[in-house]
Amino acid sequence: MTPAAETHTISLIVNGERVTRAVAARMHLVDFLREQLDLTGSHLGCEHGVCGACTVQVDGIAVRGCLMLAVQADGATVVTIEGLTDSGVLADVQEAFLQRNALQCGFCTPGMLTTIAELLTVDPDPSRDTIRDAISGNYCRCTGYHAIVDAVQNVVVARRTKEAAE
Amino acid sequence: MSVIDQMKGLTFLDRPNSYIGRSVPRPNAKRLVQGRGTYVDDLRMPRLAHVAFLRSPYAHARIRGLATSAAKAAPGVIMVATGADIAKVCTPWVGVLTHFKGLKSAPQYAVAIERACWAGEAICAVVANSRAEAEDAIALIEADLEPLPVTVDMETALDPGTPIIHAELGDNLAFERTLDVGDVDGAFRDAAAVVENTFSVGRHTGVTLEPRSIIADWNEGEEKLTVYHSFQAPHMMQDIVCKHLGLPEASVRVVCKDVGGSFGIKVHIYPDEMATVALAKILKRPVKFIADRLESFVSDIHARDHRVKAKMAVSAEGEILAIEMDDLTGIGPYSVYPRTSAVEANQVVNLTGGPYKHQNYRARARVVFQNKVPMCQYRAVGHPIAVMVTEGLVDQAAAAIGMDPAEIRRRNVIRDDAHPSIAASGIKFEKLSHQQSLEKLLTMMDYDGLRKEQAELRAKGIYRGIGLAAFIEITNPSAAFYGVGGARISAQDGCTLRLNPQGGVIAAIGVTEQGQGTESVIAQVVATAVGVPMSDVRVVTGDTDATPYGGGTWACRAAGIGGEAAWQSGKALRANILEVAAVILQSTPDALDVREGKIVDKATGVERMTLAELGRVAYFRPDTLPADLKPEFVVTRHYVPKDYPFAFTNGMQASYLEVDTDTGFVKLLKHWCVEDCGTVLNPQLVDEQIRGGIVQGIGAALFEHCRYDSQGQMLNGSMADYLVPMSSEMPDMEVGHVVTPTASSELGAKGAGEAGTAGAPAAVINAINDALRPFNAHVSVQPARPEEILRALGKV
Repeated sequence: MTPAAETHTISLIVNGERVTRAVAARMHLVDFLREQLDLTGSHLGCEHGVCGACTVQVDGIAVRGCLMLAVQADGATVVTIEGLTDSGVLADVQEAFLQRNALQCGFCTPGMLTTIAELLTVDPDPSRDTIRDAISGNYCRCTGYHAIVDAVQNVVVARRTKEAAE
Repeated sequence: MSVIDQMKGLTFLDRPNSYIGRSVPRPNAKRLVQGRGTYVDDLRMPRLAHVAFLRSPYAHARIRGLATSAAKAAPGVIMVATGADIAKVCTPWVGVLTHFKGLKSAPQYAVAIERACWAGEAICAVVANSRAEAEDAIALIEADLEPLPVTVDMETALDPGTPIIHAELGDNLAFERTLDVGDVDGAFRDAAAVVENTFSVGRHTGVTLEPRSIIADWNEGEEKLTVYHSFQAPHMMQDIVCKHLGLPEASVRVVCKDVGGSFGIKVHIYPDEMATVALAKILKRPVKFIADRLESFVSDIHARDHRVKAKMAVSAEGEILAIEMDDLTGIGPYSVYPRTSAVEANQVVNLTGGPYKHQNYRARARVVFQNKVPMCQYRAVGHPIAVMVTEGLVDQAAAAIGMDPAEIRRRNVIRDDAHPSIAASGIKFEKLSHQQSLEKLLTMMDYDGLRKEQAELRAKGIYRGIGLAAFIEITNPSAAFYGVGGARISAQDGCTLRLNPQGGVIAAIGVTEQGQGTESVIAQVVATAVGVPMSDVRVVTGDTDATPYGGGTWACRAAGIGGEAAWQSGKALRANILEVAAVILQSTPDALDVREGKIVDKATGVERMTLAELGRVAYFRPDTLPADLKPEFVVTRHYVPKDYPFAFTNGMQASYLEVDTDTGFVKLLKHWCVEDCGTVLNPQLVDEQIRGGIVQGIGAALFEHCRYDSQGQMLNGSMADYLVPMSSEMPDMEVGHVVTPTASSELGAKGAGEAGTAGAPAAVINAINDALRPFNAHVSVQPARPEEILRALGKV
């Protein structure tokens, strides 16, 4: 057997569903999600860990789907943009992106949103600089980032207002 | 507008349910925030095959042989195709246009046959069941390549003794343009001061986050080729595929669904994409090519790469008397098809000095071949170079005569009341607003306050700089851009509207969406023109089988040209609706209007019937209508600008930054832009076009550079090594507008997509030089990396 043909069976939870598949040893997590599970919301921008378009949550942490092998996700819990959308945890951030036009071509957006989801979990009240720092590993060619920072700030303010009212 | 409305002086803005000028969100963005977009790589289809390319490791090499038997036998391999195999179904092309007199290039093949002319040119293709298997097989090809002498440095490309890349062309000069207007020598002789400099704008590239992507599918049973393409101009692609594969128009459909960024990268014909189309034809099945990031850097077009020697003459009062400039640019081994690689240098000649009144101008531009990645049009073609040269010289001139940079611009910009006017280069301006833009910018940024702060901080050893840049931008191109030169690229666009039985409207249009908000703007215009809620309008773009013929989206034409076609079409549909409604309601079309999806009494606004009821009658009970009444609820209107070759826009930018004189690092503090794109259809979309464009310009000014060694090898072709702007280094940007509609269309909209990129580099470089002024140090190189700044300071 050539190394390229080597496969392993992995079992993991993806967006709440248990999934068991045979995968090539060399297959990256993001390729597994896209090609075997048809979860095409995670994108490939550089395949060497720089652009952030493939960012997904693995066991609650935002990781680069192109820097992790599928076999490494055996036993893990993976959440992609599809899962974040269905659960509604990001609904206000997604709405803020629409209202503020914080996306143009949309190719970076799933990764950007996944990174922002992690930021808002860690720091519910980030400053403008903190937001810029948090998304500094997610490349966006279209927006110039300003509108993204605005959108996140709008969410932070809205969440704070909502909490104060409750 | 009816004649009565026009007599009353009413405009579209007065329509009761106008969406024009409102920052409505983009209807088609919702799927993108949910990860439900459809980019080419997201498509699923049966029997899909994948192609990968062996690319030349040498910048120039003769292909003596390709041993492919091991690759053919590798797991999953369907076909190994050489250049000669591909050439049997796809003819070569030559990237020239007749209106660029003397422009020459050599035939270019989808896959190189005899010679590879840049490091990265495809020399063999492998089709396999997966991309990974195709790449595995690529590694098994033994290529017998004989390295040939390379021509890399554009400065020596024309020297005797430099290898000529295409012997049959005689030399390495692709194109030359000269211009001599007024009395340049006299103006320099009589000047109070003459300033000069050599400006260098490095090669950079688009780095669209979604790489170039294509799936081609030849269905032998239908005799139809369907091309799913991440592209800006589907009809252009259709025409070129027809021409080079020898297929009739009816046999080729190009579909552009979601496109992950374009910026001019995805408007050119790429050899590897044409090879993919040819392979689908040969294999009679879908074949996919997605560029990976490493091959993007050596196969996407590069941009810029200019060296400009320029000088400016000024009077003691600060009047610009003359500009002389000499531009040299290297375009790689081929002029890119079909738009050619001569356009950028031509634009530099046209645009340099453009905002100013002077009428003495001498220019030369030379475009040379070299063994590097092909260079072609990218966002703001030529503009950033022309603006950097002009604005750099203006700042030097101000310094030479001891005048404030804002004041010298105030004295020299073409006056707002002087239009229509013609620049020294011959370009025509319908109406610009430099004076208003400058004053608005200075107020927005509190210019005087910043100058005060700068002086105070300087005393404390903190070096901040303020940079200004005036710019003009080419938008709404007519056929003068490409059509007159023989390129079959549509200058006109059409919009077809269909009223559906429930009262909704389908709008099919030739302009395309890559995230700018094209579909949103078209929906806004159609909703306003017809009189329906925007949520009732569905826009269809990017499908040569489904939309009227059009040019797509490039050079800032979607809103200005597509928007006007949609407006005219919407008015025609409303007129047809009112004609039928008037019969049903026993009224007259003039007494009725369509508002919010309802037929209303025009004078009172009282509802008479819904569009859904009208649709029900017209589609399902036409028997109840008079025999001679024929409802036409599908209409098409086309638009092309005719009275000016281009609708020029204008604006001013400013950068405020701090230079660390020990490290050469630049910290961007704030950026401002005031621009005038005529009627603003959606303010938020325009502002975000400006902001995104500014950051792309900042990338060029400070970070982005395709670095080469003397053998023509790109040294930093990965995202880890090629620096792009990331969020933490970017400033907040304030955008303001002056509104001078073009009279060429009823809507009056001009383009806004390139303004940011046009002016930002000059504003940043001028700000750096302003910060360095106490040290008598000066940079005129882009990107102005820390090393360049330290060199200017004499520290390295």
